[in-house]
Amino acid sequence: MHLPEATVASGVQPNAPPMTTTASLPITIRQVTKRYGSMHALDHVDLDIRSGEFMTLLGPSGSGKTTLLSVLGGFTRPDAGSLRFGDREVVTTPPHERGVGMVFQNYALFPHMNVADNVGFALRLRQVARAEQSRRVERALEMVQLGGYGMRRVDQLSGGQRQRVALARAIVFEPRILLMDEPLSALDKQLREHMQIELRQLHEQLGMTTVYVTHDQREALTMSDRIAVIHQGRIVQLDTPRALYDRPVSRFVAEFIGESTLMPVTVERGVVRLGSQPLTLEAPAGADGARHLMVRPERLRLLPAGESGGGDPTDNRLSGHVRTVVFQGDSLLLQVTLAQGHGLSVRTGIREAGAAALQPGAPISLALAARDGVLLAPD
Amino acid sequence: MPHPASTAPHLSAQPHAVALRRAGQREQIGLLLLIVPAFVLIAGTMLVPVAWLFHLSFLSDEGRWSLEHYLRMWTQPSYLRTFRTTFEVSALTTGLCILLGYPLAYWLSELPRRTANLCMLAVLLPLWTSILVRTYAWLVLLQRKGLINNWGIGAGWWDEPIALVHNLTGTLIGMVHVMLPFMVLPLYSAMRAIDRDLLKAAANLGATPARSFWLVFLPLSMPGLATGALIVFIMSLGFYVTPAVLGGGKVIMVANQIATDIELFFNWGAASALGAVLLATTLLCIELARRLLGAAFVADAREAP
Repeated sequence: MHLPEATVASGVQPNAPPMTTTASLPITIRQVTKRYGSMHALDHVDLDIRSGEFMTLLGPSGSGKTTLLSVLGGFTRPDAGSLRFGDREVVTTPPHERGVGMVFQNYALFPHMNVADNVGFALRLRQVARAEQSRRVERALEMVQLGGYGMRRVDQLSGGQRQRVALARAIVFEPRILLMDEPLSALDKQLREHMQIELRQLHEQLGMTTVYVTHDQREALTMSDRIAVIHQGRIVQLDTPRALYDRPVSRFVAEFIGESTLMPVTVERGVVRLGSQPLTLEAPAGADGARHLMVRPERLRLLPAGESGGGDPTDNRLSGHVRTVVFQGDSLLLQVTLAQGHGLSVRTGIREAGAAALQPGAPISLALAARDGVLLAPD
Repeated sequence: MPHPASTAPHLSAQPHAVALRRAGQREQIGLLLLIVPAFVLIAGTMLVPVAWLFHLSFLSDEGRWSLEHYLRMWTQPSYLRTFRTTFEVSALTTGLCILLGYPLAYWLSELPRRTANLCMLAVLLPLWTSILVRTYAWLVLLQRKGLINNWGIGAGWWDEPIALVHNLTGTLIGMVHVMLPFMVLPLYSAMRAIDRDLLKAAANLGATPARSFWLVFLPLSMPGLATGALIVFIMSLGFYVTPAVLGGGKVIMVANQIATDIELFFNWGAASALGAVLLATTLLCIELARRLLGAAFVADAREAP
């Protein structure tokens, strides 16, 4: 075993011969519905995936994201709806005629074939000439840094290597659409984080439209061009990772992606109040009534005791006292009780001014920038 | 450095090593004792009688050492015919069991587990009734004036009673009925173990349902098929009741020949020799199958177009 996880650190091999840039296709999903009994696995889903885009379907288990991917692959027949790859309507096309690549969650490598036969399976079915087959298999294996592994048996490979073989098998016939069903969920954390970057690089290199399913919000943020958050069979938000993180449209999205604290606030004649304290926010306040204010723990800034503002004059000042301090290595996570009585999570750097003085019970002042407070409808 | 606490009672570098080793040995011996009753039973009722029969097969009728029982098998055509019938009937039974059992096992393996368990019960039910009862039941159904012929003629499908029993057909029907569960069980468990995502992957890579069956499902179900076929074939070699009742004296297998030798001719030597040869050929079959099928499984689907 000379190659496995060690070379992994080098990323996609720069000297691997480039595959002919694969053409990509846009995917158009219209009103796709799938029910299991009375449960809507997919509830009139509309989604446009751009050509060459890395689109992630993100949601908790049972949200319908895997069902949607399965509809794209042709393994699940929806009750109704339209699905187009480019201009071709494929909703009734059987899976073997769809020509999309897919990486399965448990890899689904054929246990009775060696690595090369697994990777070359699609080429063999397409009756590609023998010599051409082995050339393309070897090239695909080199792309996933498994050059020379062709004769290995599948059960001689580590989890990470199997993952790579599955990937090579899915891209070897240069599909214009690549589907991935939680491909990294079985790997340990370090390898997973490395593979995220590598998959992303591979996508940039090959350019095929990629649909990626995961329940790991961090993975989604790391890899995607856009993320479709799916909940109870519907797409509840479709946005870039940054927009999704900074401007979630609902409590569900806010809580599902990243850490957040929600506090009840009221809007009266355009003024947002936390208790009696008026807040300055960039987000439009909208109609009068109750709202939730969402705050990301790391967006709150610690104000040294006695300092009055300092930064932007539009920053909101929140004061309270520290309840608990948790050391997390790269940061401190504080639980703070505000003067208004609400609990709030705050993340701060270890070397931040005043961080050393943080003790349970100590008074604390925090600054919240106007752009960092998000108003959400009350459930 | 050993832990300081462990060095306290003994000055030796390996405290309690001897006592710990003894404890381990005692445990091993205790485990071995568990197989003693079964071993005694098998030795008393199986190994000793078989050895005695083996011994008998080498004695002539006058009680001297002789190979005459074995030579007779070679020189008398009726004995050779018996062996040929035995292997033919066993092979046909195995083939029919595969034809009937493979689709059935596949269907079962596609069902939800609970439903499949219920259906499996139906497959296993025949195993819990006496083989004699089942065999005579077939006689009732298949004979000239049996239910099947009565219905067929009554419905106008055929005019003369068809010979469904007292021949090879009847024997095969009865044997397949008895042996089918032994084919379905290993097939079913092998098929259950096949990850259905593999078939999805095959389809995704461009395989039609037929191709993915030949290239993926069949090779992966091969161990179950081989096990089932081997069990059915080997067990069929020793069949007695079914050919005796449903064969009507026309299907004489080795076991029936043995019974005749003993009941009619009191020739224990000849019967023992038959038994010994049957046992030897059976073992040979197992070894042959082990090599052949082992190789077939490794060769897998690579040769496919």
